[in-house]
Amino acid sequence: MQQAATIPPPAPPIVARRHAGSLSDAVFALSCGAAGVLVLVLLGAVIVSLFLGGWPALSAFGAGFLSSTEWDPVQDVYGAGVSIYGTLVTALLALALAVPVAFGVAFFLTEVAPAWLRRPVGTAIELLAAVPSIIYGMWGFFVIVPVMASTIQPAVIGTLGELPMIGALFAGPPFGTGILTAALILAIMVLPFIAAVMRDVFEAVPAIYKESAYGLGATTWEVVRGVVLPYTRVSVVGGIMLGLGRALGETMAVTFVIGNANRITPTLFGPGNTIASLVALEFPESQMGSLKLSALLALGFLLFIISFAVLAISRWLLRPRAAGR
Amino acid sequence: MDATLAASRTPQPRRDIAAALGRRRKRTDAMVRAFCIAATLIGLFFLASILLTLIGRGLAAAGLNVFTQVTRPPGSEGGLLNAIVGSLIQTALGALIGTPIGLLAGTYLAEYAQGSRLGEVVRFVSDVLLAAPSILIGLFVYQLLVVPFGGFSGWAGCVALAIIVIPIVIRTTEDMLRLLPNTLREAVIGLGAPKWKMVTLVLWRAARSGIITGALLAVARIAGETAPLLFTSLGNLNWSVALSQPMASLPVTMFNYAGSAFEDWVDLAWTGALLITFGVLGLNILARTVLHRGR
Repeated sequence: MQQAATIPPPAPPIVARRHAGSLSDAVFALSCGAAGVLVLVLLGAVIVSLFLGGWPALSAFGAGFLSSTEWDPVQDVYGAGVSIYGTLVTALLALALAVPVAFGVAFFLTEVAPAWLRRPVGTAIELLAAVPSIIYGMWGFFVIVPVMASTIQPAVIGTLGELPMIGALFAGPPFGTGILTAALILAIMVLPFIAAVMRDVFEAVPAIYKESAYGLGATTWEVVRGVVLPYTRVSVVGGIMLGLGRALGETMAVTFVIGNANRITPTLFGPGNTIASLVALEFPESQMGSLKLSALLALGFLLFIISFAVLAISRWLLRPRAAGR
Repeated sequence: MDATLAASRTPQPRRDIAAALGRRRKRTDAMVRAFCIAATLIGLFFLASILLTLIGRGLAAAGLNVFTQVTRPPGSEGGLLNAIVGSLIQTALGALIGTPIGLLAGTYLAEYAQGSRLGEVVRFVSDVLLAAPSILIGLFVYQLLVVPFGGFSGWAGCVALAIIVIPIVIRTTEDMLRLLPNTLREAVIGLGAPKWKMVTLVLWRAARSGIITGALLAVARIAGETAPLLFTSLGNLNWSVALSQPMASLPVTMFNYAGSAFEDWVDLAWTGALLITFGVLGLNILARTVLHRGR
């Protein structure tokens, strides 16, 4: 009773503090919410500004801008065909090269490697993702390009290039630069991203499923093929799409090794351009407010649409429900 | 009984088939294992090749002039001082602008937006920004700050880098806050503390190592960014720390120098590459250490 009587006195200050608290609470909640909304506004502003900036070019060339392979600053005629082709071909080739290796790395890190080796090797592969893209560009230009020009390309031209059907893909002079070299560099760059996603989802497979398969006498490969891969299928595809998103928008590394030519060549050794490399290379030579600059911004808008679609699909596939299924 | 009878009737052939099948399965397994080891070695080989190339070519030309001289015409003993200082200024300001916004937005996602439609959208958009090509951020800031204000500037570079920082910090902040047990929140609220005190004094403190990790990773990411700076701070051959003027940065200077025909410029580009890469990798390793200490 005595205690109950002593409790009421502090009550007024508590009420007062709750008022103060609720005001600062509201301010804090509001600033958190505002920061969240700012992110939305940023993305919207990126889309709108690229679209508005590219509008003069889009309206001048119409739908033909997408398919036209002409890029002629002298005549002031611009088309996105060559760079869209280059972007898609390099990115898809890069995935074709990177996915098997990334799977191998993830398989190694989750099932094959002894426990003491997993962390250092995993960290090393992740560091590959931290290397800035301009470093890949310089390394590609000064290390990979000479090797391609002196060893790999002549050898391939002499063997695969002689074949009747696919020979055309591997024809032409061995410059060292070109579509295939760009795809190779991109493959090395997206490898750690894909491998990291694969490793994470492989590790999320409940041990009891794998142990059941091992208990039946399955080999490691059979466990991965029969249990791990079916279980993680959707997330693995999501990880590959994430890598595709990276490869599509990569700029500096590609700029160094793609060869910078605004025409479509049938051979993979030929030079080309991607949307990002074309923008990076042509931007310094464009006047503010010129039609060329507008064409570059329109290219940026297209790149945004393509990578947005790929990222949206990837995120949908990697949504938590699928990963923790 | 039936099984043993069947086995005793035709014992030899079955064991042969089983053994052959087993050999084939073992062989496939061994081949796949060998492939995986080879794949990992390929990845490690590329990392080693990049690092060795950087050390070999970067150290070959490194001298004190790199840190004491500004960029000069080829053949006149120039350095990278203005580029290094420009990079430090832009990276620091970019991180200082971007981190608080990312921290607040990440807190919003973890503590205020549970189950809300707006939160879902913000999370999705943040993920899109996280993976969006950085060159597009550069073009955006060019349209936003360079065209209206009539020129390239260090500020524009800082803003472009800040936009790259935000989604990285959002992601790590949200992940780290979600790892905290709800009993912690209940205990603080049960003491009668307002929610903002719960977040700032308890949750942020508990998740401190994770949040610092996110900020460090963001700094590591923007320190090497080139494409967004090409369109915003442009680069500057002279000594300039004025944020309203075009500002030099290490990656952009490397880009211009590496593609040039002058031997000493290419050498300087490699020295810059060495500085950037080991700075970035060092930050990454530091971030990991902070995270592991925190756990």
